[in-house]
Amino acid sequence: MTGDAIIAGLAGVLAAAAPVLFAVIGETITERAGVINLSLNGTILLSAMGSFVVASTTGSLLLGFLAGALIGAGVAAIVAFSSITLRQSQVAVGFVLALLCRDLAYFLGNPFMGEAGPRLTATRIPLLSEIPVVGPLLFRQNLMTYLSFILIAAAWLWIYKSRPGLTLRSVGERPRAAFARGANVNRLRFLYTVLGGALVGLAGPAFSLAVKAGWKGTISGLDGIGWIALAITIFGAWNPLRAAFGCYFFALLQWLGVVLQPSLPNVPSQVLQVAPFPLMILALLLVNIGNAEWVERMLAALPERTRHFVARVLRSMRVLPPAGLGVPFERE
Amino acid sequence: MSRLSSRWIPAAFQLGAFFLALGFTTVILLLAGAPPLEAYKQIILGSFGSTVKLADVLVAFVPLLLTTAGVLITFSAGLWNIGVEGQVTLGAIFTTWILRLLLDTALPPWLIIVFGILAGMMGGALWAMLAGALKTFGGVNEIFGGLGLNFVATALTLWLIFGPWKRPGVGSMSGTEPFPEHLWLPQLPGLRLSPFALLLALVAIVLVYVLLQRTYAGLRFKAVGNNLKAAFLLGLPTWRYMLLAFGLCGALAGMAGAIQVEAVYHRLIPSISSGYGFLGLLVAMLIRYRALWAAPVALFFAALNIGGIQLPIVLKLDSTLSGVLQGSLVLFVLLVEGARHRFMEKRARAARAEQSA
Repeated sequence: MTGDAIIAGLAGVLAAAAPVLFAVIGETITERAGVINLSLNGTILLSAMGSFVVASTTGSLLLGFLAGALIGAGVAAIVAFSSITLRQSQVAVGFVLALLCRDLAYFLGNPFMGEAGPRLTATRIPLLSEIPVVGPLLFRQNLMTYLSFILIAAAWLWIYKSRPGLTLRSVGERPRAAFARGANVNRLRFLYTVLGGALVGLAGPAFSLAVKAGWKGTISGLDGIGWIALAITIFGAWNPLRAAFGCYFFALLQWLGVVLQPSLPNVPSQVLQVAPFPLMILALLLVNIGNAEWVERMLAALPERTRHFVARVLRSMRVLPPAGLGVPFERE
Repeated sequence: MSRLSSRWIPAAFQLGAFFLALGFTTVILLLAGAPPLEAYKQIILGSFGSTVKLADVLVAFVPLLLTTAGVLITFSAGLWNIGVEGQVTLGAIFTTWILRLLLDTALPPWLIIVFGILAGMMGGALWAMLAGALKTFGGVNEIFGGLGLNFVATALTLWLIFGPWKRPGVGSMSGTEPFPEHLWLPQLPGLRLSPFALLLALVAIVLVYVLLQRTYAGLRFKAVGNNLKAAFLLGLPTWRYMLLAFGLCGALAGMAGAIQVEAVYHRLIPSISSGYGFLGLLVAMLIRYRALWAAPVALFFAALNIGGIQLPIVLKLDSTLSGVLQGSLVLFVLLVEGARHRFMEKRARAARAEQSA
């Protein structure tokens, strides 16, 4: 494989990761506020279908992306309304919506299957795109990929470096304390769930109007992406930078699966496509195992020096979810 | 007067949820430009229109009832066993494996069939307990462990079908080589339904009902599910009960997989679980985790699934309409349940205010 082909492949990895990034950052923001939106798999399919239909009937890409964001925000609003206002289980409502929206996408999208539609093309950034290696890698992407780069930085700055971000974190970690400091916990949770949902909704058109243009029903290859995004959110420890790393790592593995296919003729291509999942489970195990009680007991039995070393390794990988995640907030 | 109305209020709300779901689905049909009444008629005709179709409904009812029975156990222990899809798949894989191993032995066919079902149950239980071990010992949330294992199970099926178990010649998406007829679970003449499979599923749901309602173990599952910390502090080995709940659920899901292999497809196919795991979770949520209602609601859902097959043929609609109706039904039941709680609270508050005045 030549250097140019590798750079082109890696540029493809960055582009392929963009839709997942929108979903993962959206879910990260939602979960930071203490709400789990489990509907991602259905939301992405429905917004992919909806935005494709809107864009191909109106001929406007912008309207297509807008429709995607609106669908995502709408589904998230149902999750927020039923969990915050009606106090039903977030996981239950999210799971039902994951299945319902998927079936809705396939049912309503049936007549539009295989039709031609508009597609977001690459925008070369003048001068920057001519730099060797970096140019073709970073600056010949489509608009959504550029936005995904900006989104990572913006989400990180918002969560960790801004005052509203501090409130956001406190609403997810210590809702009672945030309330005492004057934050309207439930209204903020509602807001961030809908905002996160809109970002998740953008993942749909980022597929159907860009990376995997078109709507092909069950063979669109989008079923399952939402579940992956949920797993990456946890792997990313609710930190946009770590989440971005997870997205790129996942996209890289999928690309490697395609590249390695010819040299592994005995392995069916379907197997290589799911190869990231065992790795994802392993990664989840690694980041969580430091929390397990038996690990601590075993550590205590180790000799002093080994214990310090192992404990430090485990602690560096360990992630703790926002303390108020999934717990409804009620003031008395 | 007020006591009578408080008994009827929940029923009225549930009926309301049903009509909301029906209304929602009708709007969706109108959006798709389809005649709603004709679509509903086709679903009913497609599920109860003839003996063959009724038998097909029961064929779908068996795995759905088994997965529902399984997740009722994990739900009672407070666990979201989303990995139930993969557990059905692993059951099917283990059954196929044992049938292939014993295919050319001198064992009587009925014994091979029984071994196949037991192997399927074991496969499902092992896969479920893997998710359980990841949760109890690894701290991996069962939703994410289970989801990942679902994908791994699918990959394993595909690898087996295209690799070691491929048909003579070349592997294809149509699955492995079909088993000879003497290794099939006996079916009713002319129908796809096996009475033995139906019996197994009905026995399973009765056993689960008894386990959860009438036994000490069932009570302990609920203790673990309702308040994990309290159960642990009271000295219950909570991790053991969680693993047991996973194992039992996996065994029932594995049995569903075994039946799909031995009585329905007679081979291993790529999508052997056919979504019955996820649908079982929906049924369990719709009946609000009460085992008593599992069989009738699972039958209704199975009828919707089979009736939906008619839609693409007659009306050129996608068969996922059944899924839309099932999903919206569960969603509206959840929403209406929440609304009812708020309504009752408001009434209670108004009554208190009246008393103190």
